[in-house]
Amino acid sequence: MSSKKNKKLTKAQQEYQAFAKEREPKRKVFRNIFRAFIIGGTICTIGQGLQWIFIEYFDFTEITAGNPATAVLIMISVLLTGLGVYDKIAQWAGGGTIIPITGFANTISSAAIEHASEGYVLGVGGNMFKLAGSVIVYGVFSSFVVALIKITIQWLGGM
Amino acid sequence: MEKFIWAFIVGGLICVIGQIMLDVFKLTPAHTTSTLVVVGAILGGLGLYDPLIKFAGAGASVPICSFGNSLVKGALMEAKRSGVIGVLTGIFEITSGGISAAIIFGFMGALIFKPKG
Repeated sequence: MSSKKNKKLTKAQQEYQAFAKEREPKRKVFRNIFRAFIIGGTICTIGQGLQWIFIEYFDFTEITAGNPATAVLIMISVLLTGLGVYDKIAQWAGGGTIIPITGFANTISSAAIEHASEGYVLGVGGNMFKLAGSVIVYGVFSSFVVALIKITIQWLGGM
Repeated sequence: MEKFIWAFIVGGLICVIGQIMLDVFKLTPAHTTSTLVVVGAILGGLGLYDPLIKFAGAGASVPICSFGNSLVKGALMEAKRSGVIGVLTGIFEITSGGISAAIIFGFMGALIFKPKG
């Protein structure tokens, strides 16, 4: 892709691109991976703790406890987003806060809060899924295809 | 107690995969999460994701790929009950809680909090 882009540039522009690339801060990959592991693991452990509470005190089974635990995680995430804490953690942890379901809740609530000044219908309602929408669209469509394929294979007598 | 350790390790590793996609392949967060959801849906269709949840608990059910798995599972469950049309009607059956919670609490957040920074 970059070579295709370079063809259209003049020599001076190409030189500038090379210069800019050199000066671009190097991403500290290993440090980021370590942080993502620690924070991501911690969030999942909190989720496990919530599941344990729901199993122990609210008569959920191991299978059904996942849903209320997820809901509580989402609630905590929205609260932390509103207080501005989640973004601070995210700056440190990167992928560790984006990949868990709390990151999904964070994109929804931060978009809703940010656009509140544009009004409750056009701002909050219209922009809530601005970032999180792609996850839902691709999740739903791909699982539609996967489910159809699986049903077809079962219907043909396989699996 | 063992389950907490596996939840930490497996959940952490899934986040590491996401971090590698962000840093090494230079994808945006939206591309990363969308890809992981599709991967989760495919693993769910192959029947590989549920054993992982059984093994690692929240370590597999909290990362976003379990969203794809739950969508497939809901669709297949409903399809078993009411035929092919169940793929359409059942797709949100399991994930409804998560999506509703995100919308409801997100909206309440927008009512209460003012934007920061």
